[in-house]
Amino acid sequence: MDYQTIIGLEIHVELLTDTKLFCHCPTGFGAKPNSQVCPTCLGLPGSLPVLRPQAVTQALRAALALDCSINEVSRFARKNYFYPDLPKGYQITQTIPLAQDGKVKVGEQEIAISRLHLEEDSGKSVHTGDSTLVDYNRSGIPLAEIVTSPCIKSPAQAREFLEALRQIMQYAQVSDCRMDQGSLRCDANISLQGEEPAGARTEIKNLNSFKAVEQALGYEIRRQSEILEQGKNVKPETMHWNEVHGVTVPMRVKEESPDYRLFPDPDLPPLVVSGEEIQACRQSLPELPQGKFERFRRKYGLPDMDIQVLTKTRGMADWFEETVQAGADPQAAANWVCSEVTRLLNREGRDISSLAFTPGDLARLIALNQQGEISGTAAKQVLAEMFLGGGDPAEIMQQLGVAQVSDADSLLTLVNSVLAENREAVSDYHGGKKRALGHLMGQAMKKSQGRANPRKLKGLLLKELNKG
Amino acid sequence: MLNTRRLSSRELTHYYLERSEKLQPKLNGYISITQEQALETAAQVDQLCSQGQELGTLAGIPGAIKDNISTQGVPTTCASRVLAEYIPPFDATVVKKLAHSPMLGKASLDEFAMGTGNLTSAFGPVRNPWDLERVPGGSSGGSAALVAAGCAPFSLGSDTGGSIRQPASYCGVTGLKPTYGRVSRNGLIAFASSLDQIGPFAWTIEDCALVLQAICGHDPGDATSAAVDVPDFTAYLHNDVSGLRIGLPQETFSNCPHPDTAKVVLRAAGELEKAGAELSWVSMPYEKEVMAAYILVATAEASSNLARFDGVNFGYRGAGENLEEMYTSSRRFGNEVSRRLVMGTFALSQKQCGECYELGQRARQLVDSHLGNIFQQVDVLLLPTAPSPAYKLDEGQDPLTAYYNDIYTIPANLAGLPAASLPCGESEGLPIGMQLMAPKFREDLLLRVGYTWQCCSDWHLRRPQEVE
Repeated sequence: MDYQTIIGLEIHVELLTDTKLFCHCPTGFGAKPNSQVCPTCLGLPGSLPVLRPQAVTQALRAALALDCSINEVSRFARKNYFYPDLPKGYQITQTIPLAQDGKVKVGEQEIAISRLHLEEDSGKSVHTGDSTLVDYNRSGIPLAEIVTSPCIKSPAQAREFLEALRQIMQYAQVSDCRMDQGSLRCDANISLQGEEPAGARTEIKNLNSFKAVEQALGYEIRRQSEILEQGKNVKPETMHWNEVHGVTVPMRVKEESPDYRLFPDPDLPPLVVSGEEIQACRQSLPELPQGKFERFRRKYGLPDMDIQVLTKTRGMADWFEETVQAGADPQAAANWVCSEVTRLLNREGRDISSLAFTPGDLARLIALNQQGEISGTAAKQVLAEMFLGGGDPAEIMQQLGVAQVSDADSLLTLVNSVLAENREAVSDYHGGKKRALGHLMGQAMKKSQGRANPRKLKGLLLKELNKG
Repeated sequence: MLNTRRLSSRELTHYYLERSEKLQPKLNGYISITQEQALETAAQVDQLCSQGQELGTLAGIPGAIKDNISTQGVPTTCASRVLAEYIPPFDATVVKKLAHSPMLGKASLDEFAMGTGNLTSAFGPVRNPWDLERVPGGSSGGSAALVAAGCAPFSLGSDTGGSIRQPASYCGVTGLKPTYGRVSRNGLIAFASSLDQIGPFAWTIEDCALVLQAICGHDPGDATSAAVDVPDFTAYLHNDVSGLRIGLPQETFSNCPHPDTAKVVLRAAGELEKAGAELSWVSMPYEKEVMAAYILVATAEASSNLARFDGVNFGYRGAGENLEEMYTSSRRFGNEVSRRLVMGTFALSQKQCGECYELGQRARQLVDSHLGNIFQQVDVLLLPTAPSPAYKLDEGQDPLTAYYNDIYTIPANLAGLPAASLPCGESEGLPIGMQLMAPKFREDLLLRVGYTWQCCSDWHLRRPQEVE
């Protein structure tokens, strides 16, 4: 039988801030273990947390970018549990969240965000041989926990949502959302619903990539539906995704859910944000992916496929717009950025911000091409050269000797020599085989090493053929 | 005297150190005596004074610090086996503020400040200088006994449910618990964060005012520290209570289990009336609610605050096959601390205790608003500090009876009010203290009434002969 899939995601994003959430320690990734710590984030006796305002600003910006409504008063609470990488024996989180009721557009659907709250990260356990070491550099790094409502209908949609979410967070410069560095982490809840009320849900952890999210959810759907088919009940469990074997494995054997003994943190007064602060954060947000998409459609009249590529990152979109501002035709600029520029970047695994040439350089290359100074093929050659070391396209064109031949005398010489060398084709043409023109064009282009201006060449060729 | 250089800080400090060493075997008031450091600070101050530098009022005057207040490089044990070897890498804010005051040593206390008799210290009980077979009170028993015996001209304690005032009463000295937020808690090893407050002990209220002046003020390192102006407290030391309305809680006097205590405190009130104060009876009927709120809130917060002492970062680490066994075998808390941690964990558990913690908070609010109403009618409350004088070391009080030693002092903690205990009489050779309580940030009223009282009485000047 067919089941309806119900998926909800819990995402933790590390906020981009100079300091940790409750102390002045720096937050850089990859520092020497336990080099970015102080009494507060080590949980030393007598140390106290003091909320750093930058984390609040960043969380507010994240919430506004996700279209959430902001709670002007929220509260920090202690979530008590024991783990070696949790230095205080509790994590400071929020029971009354900073923000709630947001949404993210995924294609034509909207995914509802039920809450966004601030919390501190734990340290990191590093297992080496028979011992476990703890690195507290991560302890106290500000996180925004983002919880979706259980409204995601398929593993593919879950992945698309995560991509959209990452795009928004990166646009807003709230988080770099690098799953490989742990700055975006995701747990997934999933249950199946048949005719009966929905079955128990399971939670999947250890999802290290968007692909893993999609695959693990797909696996879990198959596993749960097999159980339901057999008339059994799905156990409410926490599952661990085993990437190597492509299966989910139950993590906890304990029947009961943990008792976190949550209570308001007496060390921290309620967090109050004013209307002005919210307004200031709203104004500090850049144009977000959805808005940019619609504006590109309106302003440049580009096809959706192109806009999708162009707006994937802010850097790409800005680069495209600068090319247009430098005088390039929008569609031509889109074509170049989406295909050739993207291809070169992907080949080298580089980001658009690292390009050796400027949007102005590309605009000039496009102009050369449109003015017939250079053929499309040769322009690609010039671009590849610009990609390697930058430089003015006109100069590179000259250096490479790939400028297009457009002057009438040179072309006439070329045409006459081609006609002389291909008598058979000429007589075919005159005999009514108009296809022979194509052959002659091809020969002429070949002879010019692709440099002849095809439009002018064709005009001259026809003129000479029809003369005789 | 120090300013006119008739006496050097070194001489003064030397005197107190010598007396401290001499009486330590009898009193056991210190956990550590820091002779070298004290003399070093004293020498520095003398040096600065000889250069004509203007230092604070307390500069050069030595004091003892309760051993739950962090001191950089000096063991801070909380009188617990768990922290027996813990050396903080930072100074508490109050210690920084007393940088020019030579620290004689770390005063003993009940383990983690939990107790009313200084009997739960892992370093043995402290004895009451008035009767060495009796307790000095708790939890700041060491701080009170040292001042009473003339080992230190002042000391710092901490007060969560009466831990400054009750030992002050038992030892016949003056003790002041400031308004919650008046003194920074940064570096104070927390028992119950929403109740804890650091305050001074001295022979007179005048000296307490000087110490309070030195240690108070807004601290950006403590989010619960109040951003209020600090007045010149000495300006309130007036021998004048005319027109001041003093309230006497009727139930406290009529239900007091020790008739002498009620009589002595009432007599003191009568003296103040003669000095011009207006006395009136008020009603404080919420004894059960006070105790319930205190036990629930204090133990709940303690269970979370002490969770960090799990053997991973601090203290003794037991052996174990797995994480859980390691945690279990690392537990080295004493009985009283263990009892409170179990109670607190229970109080916070949704499953075990439902809304216990919330109930405690509601009872707290009830007490708070009732006190608010009373302070509409009177300026200051006057009542016994403790239900009886110091009890015997071997009396073996059951836990609940022991908690009721704090029944008169707890309301000020629940409501965050300033309160002081002043010697006002004796019973069978044991000191009795009266307690003054005022609205938030009205320490000035305590100082005015206290100063007037000490101008017309000499109880604060009597010294125990037993230790000589």
